[in-house]
Amino acid sequence: MSKKSILRAIRQNQPQGPPLPDLPSFASDAPEPLAAFQAMVAAMGGQVAHAADFPDLGALVSAYFPGETSVASTVPGFPGNIPMQDIASPAELETVGLALIPAQWGVAENGAVWVSEKDSLFRVLPFIAQHLIVVLAKDRIVSNMHEAYQRVQIDETGFGVFIAGPSKTADIEQALVIGAQGARSFTVVLE
Amino acid sequence: MKHAQKATRFIADEPRTDWHDQALWFVRQKRDLAVHSVPEWESLRELASQIKLHTLANLAEYLEAFEAKAQANGVQVHWAANAEEHNRIVYGILQNAGVRKLVKSKSILTEECGLNDFLEANGIEVTDTDLGERIIQLRDEPPSHIVLPAIHLKKEEVGELFHQKLNTEKGATDPKYLTEAARHHLRERFLQADAALTGVNFAIAETGGVVVCTNEGNADMGVHLAPLQIHCMGLEKIIPRQADLGVFTRLLARSATGQPVTMFTSHCHRPKPGGAMHIVIVDNGRSEHLGRPDFRNALKCIRCGACMNTCPIYRRSGGHSYDVAVPGPIGSILSPGIDLKKHSDLPFASTLCGSCSDVCPVKIDIHEQLYKWRQIAAGEGHLPVVKKWGMALAGQVLSSPQAYNLAGKLARRALKILPRFMLYNPLNDWGKSRELPIAPAGSFKEWYRKNKMHEPE
Ligand code: SF4
Repeated sequence: MSKKSILRAIRQNQPQGPPLPDLPSFASDAPEPLAAFQAMVAAMGGQVAHAADFPDLGALVSAYFPGETSVASTVPGFPGNIPMQDIASPAELETVGLALIPAQWGVAENGAVWVSEKDSLFRVLPFIAQHLIVVLAKDRIVSNMHEAYQRVQIDETGFGVFIAGPSKTADIEQALVIGAQGARSFTVVLE
Repeated sequence: MKHAQKATRFIADEPRTDWHDQALWFVRQKRDLAVHSVPEWESLRELASQIKLHTLANLAEYLEAFEAKAQANGVQVHWAANAEEHNRIVYGILQNAGVRKLVKSKSILTEECGLNDFLEANGIEVTDTDLGERIIQLRDEPPSHIVLPAIHLKKEEVGELFHQKLNTEKGATDPKYLTEAARHHLRERFLQADAALTGVNFAIAETGGVVVCTNEGNADMGVHLAPLQIHCMGLEKIIPRQADLGVFTRLLARSATGQPVTMFTSHCHRPKPGGAMHIVIVDNGRSEHLGRPDFRNALKCIRCGACMNTCPIYRRSGGHSYDVAVPGPIGSILSPGIDLKKHSDLPFASTLCGSCSDVCPVKIDIHEQLYKWRQIAAGEGHLPVVKKWGMALAGQVLSSPQAYNLAGKLARRALKILPRFMLYNPLNDWGKSRELPIAPAGSFKEWYRKNKMHEPE
C-alpha cells in the first residue's frame, strides 16, 4: 500500500493556506421559497401537483397517471400495488412504472428535493422507476443549498440524494432529451 | 503529434469547426445566464477558492480524517501512488468478487489511468453508461471534453454508430430516438452488472462519504443495482465539511452547463445492505504538483469544463487535438507537470486572453500559469526549433534600441521587396492563414518627429 509514501509526499509539499472560511447562508435576499420552488421544478422539466386539489393521493395518482398498473410506494398510508416487503433484490424493481416516495426537503433555488435511503427503502427506486412522484410538505422548502445542507444530515443513512427533476441528457448535439437512464418524469406533490 | 498539427486537421473542415465553436459557445452563454441570476456569485467563487486553498494546505490531515471516517462507515479505502497501481487495485477488487461485468459512470480519473483498456485486457467487460461516454466507447475513441464527452460528434455520426452497434434504424438521427435506444441497451447492462464504478466530484472529510453528480442518473443506476460499488478519486477531491457542499454544488452545474444544479447529487456513505463499497484514492503526480508553488493551485479544479467552453483555441481545435485526458486550458496547465517534454506545446495552445480564469468557479489563475509554463518549457529547451531561434533573435533585438530601430527599417523594406516565400513556407506556422500588413512609409518614431514639429504650440 502506498498510503505512507503518498502522505509523506503531501506533507513535504503542503503549502501554507488560509483558515477554513465561515459560510454565510445567503438566504436574506432569496425570493419567497414556495413560489420560487414551484417555478424551478417546472423549469427543470418536472411538474408540481397539489394534494389539496384531490380527495386523496390515490385520486391524484389516477389523475396524473391514468391506467398505471405498476406502482411502488413508500409513502406511509399509500401502499401502491407492488408489495415492497416481498422485494428481495433491487433488480426486481425493474418493472416499476411509477414510484411514490416521500421527500424530506425542497430547495427553492433549483427545484431539488432531498430523498434518503430511509425514504425510498431501496436506493435504486427513484432511478429505476419509469416515472417518479415525490411527496413534500409545503413548509419544508428552504431557499438554497446552504440552507439545505444545514437541515440535512448527509450521512444519516448510507445513501441520500438531491433529485432536481427527470433524468436527462444533452449528449447528442446538445439536444435536450428527457428520460436518459433514470425516471422519465418527475412530479412533486405538495401537501 | 503536436497540438498545432492535430488542430490543423480539425480545422480543415471549416463548417464543422464553426459548428463545434458555436456548440461550445452556446454552453458558455447558458453558463453566463445561470451565473448572472446568482447575486452572490463572486462571493461563492471566493469562498470555494478559500476552502480549496485551505484544504490543500492541510491535505494530509483531511485525507487521514476522511479515511478513518469512511472505514468507520464500513467502506474499504485504498491508496494508489500512480495509474498502474490504481488499475491493479481496481482489478484486484473485481477479481476477489469474481466480477465479469462492470458498469462505469463518468470518471476522468479512470480515463487518465487507462483503466478500461487494462480491465478489458484482463477479461472484464466494461460498459461506460453516461450516454456521451458510451458513444465514444463504441467508437473506440477518448472523450473530447470532460463534461460533454461526445461534443465533437454530429447526430448523423451517432445515428450511424447506433445503427451498426445497437441496431437502430438506418439513417435515424433523432436524438430522442437514439437516446431511447441507448436507454434500453444500458438498462440491460445495468441489470447484468456484477459491479459499478464511478468517479467522485467531492469527498467529505467530516463524514467519510463521496458525492457524485450526474444528469442521467446513470451512476445511481449502476451503483444501487450491482452488489459491489467502487469510487475512484484523485486525492484533491477532498473538501472538509458537509456544509462546503453548499458552495460547490451551487457553482458546479452553473459553471458546467448553466443548470442551477445537476439532476442528481448523490451522497454515498455506506455499502448497501448485503453489498460492499470501496474508495480508491489516487495520487498519480498530484502530491508532486502540490510542491510547485506557481502551479499548485490548479489542484483546486472541480472539473466543470467552463474554461474549455470559453476558450477560443479549444473551441476551434477540439478536445482530441490536446491528446490528454483533460484537454483545454486546465489540461494545458496540468499536463506539463506530468510530462513536460511530451506536453511542452500545450501551454502555447492559448491566446492568453484570460477568459478561462474569468469563468473559473474556484478562481484558478489559469492564463497566468499557461504563461509561466511557457517560460519553463522555453528554459528547458522544449520549444520547437523555429520558435526557439525566433525568440532568441527577438530577445536580442528588443533589448537594444539601435538594433530595434535598424530592424524596423529593414522590416519595412523587407515587407516591400522580400518574396512571400520567406514567410509562407512550411517552416513557419505563423504564416499559415495570416496576411502581412501593408508596410508603412516610416516608423512611428519618424512620423512623430516629423509631425510634432508642425504641431501648433
Ligand atoms: S480550471 Fe476552473 S473552469 Fe476549468 S474545469 Fe477546473 S474548475 Fe472548471
